[in-house]
Amino acid sequence: MSHNENTQGLLSELRQQTGQNAARCYQCGKCSAGCPMAQEMSLRPHDIMRAIASGHEQRLFEGDSIWLCLTCETCTARCPNECDPARVIDFLREKALAKNPKKAPRPIRAFHKAFIRQIRTHGRVYEMGLIADYKLSGGALFQDVSAAPGMMARGKLALMPSTIDGIADVRRIVDACLAKSHGDHGEEA
Amino acid sequence: MSRIGVFVCHCGENIARTVDTAAVAQECGKLPGVIHSVDYKYMCSDPGQLMVKQAIAEHKLTGVVVAACSPHMHEKTFRRATAGAGLNPFLCEMANVREHCSWIHESRTAATEKAIDATRMIVEKVKRNAPLSPIHIPVTRRALVIGGGIAGIQAALDIADGGREVVLVEKEPSIGGHMSQLSETFPTLDCSQCILTPRMVEAFQHPRIKLYTYSEVESVDGYIGNFKVTIRKKARSVDEANCNGCGACQAVCPNKKIPSEFDAGLGKRSAIYVPFPQAVPNIPVIDRERCSYFRAKAKGSTKVVCGKCAEACGKGAVHFDQQDTLVTEDVGAIVVATGYRLYDIGKDQDSELLKGYGEYGYGTVPDVIDGMQFERLASASGPTAGKILRPSDGKEPTSVVFLQCIGSRDPSKGIEYCSKICCMYVAKHTMLYKHKVHHGQATVFYMDIRAAGKGYDEFTRRAIEEDGARYVRGRVSRLYRDGEVIKILGFDTLSGEPIEMDADMVVLATAMRPQAGMAELAQKLSVSYDKHGFINEAHPKLRPVETNTAGVFVAGACQSPRDIPDSVAMASATASKILGLLSNEQLEREPTVARVDESTCSACFHCERVCAYGAVEHKDIRDRSGNLVRVVASVNKGVCQGCGTCLATCPSKSLELDGFTDAQIHAAIMAF
Ligand SMILES: Cc1cc2nc3c(=O)[nH]c(=O)nc-3n(C[C@H](O)[C@H](O)[C@H](O)COP(=O)(O)OP(=O)(O)OC[C@H]3O[C@@H](n4cnc5c(N)ncnc54)[C@H](O)[C@@H]3O)c2cc1C
Repeated sequence: MSHNENTQGLLSELRQQTGQNAARCYQCGKCSAGCPMAQEMSLRPHDIMRAIASGHEQRLFEGDSIWLCLTCETCTARCPNECDPARVIDFLREKALAKNPKKAPRPIRAFHKAFIRQIRTHGRVYEMGLIADYKLSGGALFQDVSAAPGMMARGKLALMPSTIDGIADVRRIVDACLAKSHGDHGEEA
Repeated sequence: MSRIGVFVCHCGENIARTVDTAAVAQECGKLPGVIHSVDYKYMCSDPGQLMVKQAIAEHKLTGVVVAACSPHMHEKTFRRATAGAGLNPFLCEMANVREHCSWIHESRTAATEKAIDATRMIVEKVKRNAPLSPIHIPVTRRALVIGGGIAGIQAALDIADGGREVVLVEKEPSIGGHMSQLSETFPTLDCSQCILTPRMVEAFQHPRIKLYTYSEVESVDGYIGNFKVTIRKKARSVDEANCNGCGACQAVCPNKKIPSEFDAGLGKRSAIYVPFPQAVPNIPVIDRERCSYFRAKAKGSTKVVCGKCAEACGKGAVHFDQQDTLVTEDVGAIVVATGYRLYDIGKDQDSELLKGYGEYGYGTVPDVIDGMQFERLASASGPTAGKILRPSDGKEPTSVVFLQCIGSRDPSKGIEYCSKICCMYVAKHTMLYKHKVHHGQATVFYMDIRAAGKGYDEFTRRAIEEDGARYVRGRVSRLYRDGEVIKILGFDTLSGEPIEMDADMVVLATAMRPQAGMAELAQKLSVSYDKHGFINEAHPKLRPVETNTAGVFVAGACQSPRDIPDSVAMASATASKILGLLSNEQLEREPTVARVDESTCSACFHCERVCAYGAVEHKDIRDRSGNLVRVVASVNKGVCQGCGTCLATCPSKSLELDGFTDAQIHAAIMAF
């Protein structure tokens, strides 16, 4: 593995686009310790920071790790040295999609699209609609159904959608973003 | 008849929890000769001390026994209280019923019994104590500082500014030490010469500092307050009084290809030379091993092969026939400030363990250099005028790899300690490099980044975060030359990946070791040193600048690896200790020293041979008309540390240790 290639490339690109300095990460691991998805990821948040700082670019885009991130931002909230791993991962996803729009694993892509469609339709997430949309496009129809009664009972699943005021503005924003991303990576929402 | 008072301390709960202090007081009260025995919560408190004083007055005590903590803690306290009540302080002793009883035992009955035993023993001893009075020795109120690095200079300036004369001895032709070689200094990146040279000049011009450069300490006699030091002034071959430092001699010297020590071998100097332009004093010296004149002479030639320097000197200051001279100086205190040297991993080693690192190619791969060489490259006064150029071809390296812990933390090389400063100077080097070669990439292989200190961690983070130094956690296993580049084989332990990379230049952060010849110097001074040769301090926490020999102090990197701020702080601490010592015309010392019974001494001088402090002297006994009758041993009270080794070895039992006589110790043992 050569250490000379490209480090500065990705590091400085990240810095230019997001203001994030991956070299700040001193590998304490607190981000990964708090990450709810760490057990599922082959590269955990601190590994991702390290890989950028040391130029292991390929590893970053190899597995599912950057797509598994929920953007809950626990990592960012916990970081003692003011890094923002969530933002860094977002940057990596943007970069991955720019290279190859089909890069994200299919179910994850399906979920993201369903999510955006919910926002565009209601201005907020209507869970039932999101689930239905995601399951239809993702295929796995009956996965996790057993969780439904419990969620209903706790009032986490509303039966009817409610649409926010100013939905027109939200649609304009979403459409503008989609148009831009069409331009950038020609992807359908 | 003795009238002893016993005072048993509870030490809050410390003693009373495990020892029945009331029972101890009661039992000891029954001992013959004890006429007063009490217990109290805190004997060392003011009321506690008052109890002692009042009892002495009231009961006309002839001895005091305090059963409490270790005498290390409070012997002074109670002896002062005793003296305050008009009793000789050496008639007061402590029985240790805390460290020796309550803290180490669980059974209350057993601990109480042991406390009673311990106290009874001391009671029996105190019955036989004799009043002693402190020893007074005169003080020569001047100091000697050995080593003219930043530590020695600082100590000398502080002592001289404090009003005492200082003799500063430096073995090199100039003072300044390693700091004079540095480019910029962490953590502020200020120019080393700029902050050092004013101090050098100040030391040179100070009316109370007598400077001997190109000189070494030959021998040391005497003891605290009264040292007699012989200094060897090596022959400079240049008359210091006449030379005006014009430099004409150096200009004409035909032998200009000698690797300069100051430039860590990267630059050249002549055979007659001043190590660097700001040298203090600015007086050249002839390197006799390299000078053609002296080489021809050493080979037995009678022909004068060269003499250009002497001819060029308008002052007639070059003296080929100058000899070493010995001078003696009387001083009252000595500072050892001889600094460090770097572990030269390539060449011959002075011990089997330090066998060097073949795998790092030092000395064989030309662009593998050490930290001090990098300092010289980065220094405006250096061989490249401050440009970072690699030695092999003078090209600017675009990738420089720094390897930390070369020698340090490596027990297989016999150096298990951390050299402490390398993490900081490597971070500094990456910055200096980046500031000069903007497109260059600095990579550091490290094990841990140890940057504790004010502004230090921030400094290393800045190197990484702002100046783009790439830090890889792991050691390099091997490097080798591959055409134009150096191939590095390492491992990144944070990402778990082996690394193979190319570098144009490699800088090794080699371990800091004590100066050569430390063992000999330490033996001359009777100070102890650790297995590496670093001078030992008297106590690692509470007496960090004293050595185990009274009157000899230590400052700077000769005690352990230290940076400039630490060395300066230590030097100032040493100076304040010395100023305290020299503020007295006389010294007071504990009178617990050995004494010779001259009537029985058979002059075998076993005692002299075993004395670690050189305290035993020969004394002539003469009759009234001055004829020598015989010679006996005599103990110099200024030097004796009261260790008692001489007593044990004396075949005729002619030695006694005041305060610990055989009779006292015997009585104590028999009381058990
Ligand atoms: C590559 C490198 C970079 C560094 N950079 C920094 C930095 O940026 N900032 C910082 O704070 N520190 C730095 N340091 C550390 C700094 O060099 C030391 O802290 C400092 O020089 C210690 O001063 P000293 O007076 O104790 O020892 P020295 O500088 O070693 O001085 C000792 C003096 O004693 C003399 N001497 C030795 N033996 C005898 C003898 N028997 N008789 C008479 N004289 C004797 C020597 O010739 C020398 O002049 C660096 C060190 C290295 C190796």
